[in-house]
Amino acid sequence: MPLPRLIPCLDVAGGRVVKGVRFRELRDVGDPVELGAAYSDAGADELVFLDVAATVESRGSAVEVAARVAEHVSIPFTVGGGIRTVADAAAVLEAGADKVSVNSAALARPELIGELARTLGSQAVVVAIDTEAGRVHSHSATRDAERDTVEWARECEAHGAGELLVTSIDRDGTQSGYDLELLGALRDAVSLPVIASGGAGGAEHVAAALEVSQAALLASILHERPSRLVSLRDELRSLGVHLRDAA
Amino acid sequence: MTTVAICRYGAGNVRSVELAFRRLGAAVVAADSPADVLDADLAILPGVGSAASAMAGLRERGLDDALRERADAGRATLGICLGLQIALDESEEDGGTTGLGLVPGRAVRLEAERVPRIGWAPVEPDGTAYWFAHSYAAETDAATATSEGFVAVVEDGAFTGVQFHPEKSGAAGARFLERCLSRA
Repeated sequence: MPLPRLIPCLDVAGGRVVKGVRFRELRDVGDPVELGAAYSDAGADELVFLDVAATVESRGSAVEVAARVAEHVSIPFTVGGGIRTVADAAAVLEAGADKVSVNSAALARPELIGELARTLGSQAVVVAIDTEAGRVHSHSATRDAERDTVEWARECEAHGAGELLVTSIDRDGTQSGYDLELLGALRDAVSLPVIASGGAGGAEHVAAALEVSQAALLASILHERPSRLVSLRDELRSLGVHLRDAA
Repeated sequence: MTTVAICRYGAGNVRSVELAFRRLGAAVVAADSPADVLDADLAILPGVGSAASAMAGLRERGLDDALRERADAGRATLGICLGLQIALDESEEDGGTTGLGLVPGRAVRLEAERVPRIGWAPVEPDGTAYWFAHSYAAETDAATATSEGFVAVVEDGAFTGVQFHPEKSGAAGARFLERCLSRA
């Protein structure tokens, strides 16, 4: 298996990195290119940019952000939020992104996953799954999508998804640890790589998630501080996690 | 200055490759005509997507013959990811696809624990980690480096093929591309 991955996640709205509580009271915390490049220098294995506004206008800005990031960052990155068609996804990849992430649009029309995979290749298609108590939620986790999480993961794989990005809504921001039970069930249910998200409070949580998943998404644990990624990598190494030597 | 032509045929992350070479100071063109591909010191065959549509994209633009002509003339070409796979005789993908035949061998479906195989993985013999994202891999006698047992680098005459993405492999990838430039 490839090395376990650490993936800082940057929430973007209107071309800026923002921070907010449950998608409300968004506060500008920086430039996506500067922060992305700083994370890359700090040893990030990949980056994820999620457009949390995800309006019609923001699709153009997602392409612009991808184009700017690609100029300054030479590690892989994923763009998500507001991608609803193959054309939306192709534009983001042409700008220099490596993968797109789809969530609500795939729940509304699962065939979209197959259309994306056939055109762009499975490796470029991440399906983001927001989950609470074993059930899938959609629309920034505000609606119950009336699906079982493990069943939906299997369906995503059957449609041609390349990776799953699984966020436990009930753990998100709590710093109480990843939902290892769910991640273990997903490891057994699908043979796709899984990116664990939601609940990281310390290095031991991340290490535990990397035992059952291939990557960990890092959001609130980093607080937009690349220096925290450097110390986290050191702590993980001392816990015996074999990370990439980024030099 | 070394000139680089990146084949633009509807199946590659041309911009990422272009930016990576620009960072190294090379003169880069995105090439969709045989003349542009033939002129450059180094031709790049990038590739993302599926083998059949990639081959169709090359044929439509006459780039398949241009790449064969380069190989016959011993001029440097670098195939990246799918660009390596379609340089072989054939691929299992899309129910069987005939490749460019620049290098003897075939691309087969990966038999790995998780497919697609996505992530950073060391390439042996030297152990440097590069970025991989693939569901097929080469089977060929021209392999010169491997990663977890899968073919990672292929060298045959003036053709070099890599299964990983040097343009997305940070500092290690930049060093790899620099070596390709200096040899071209």
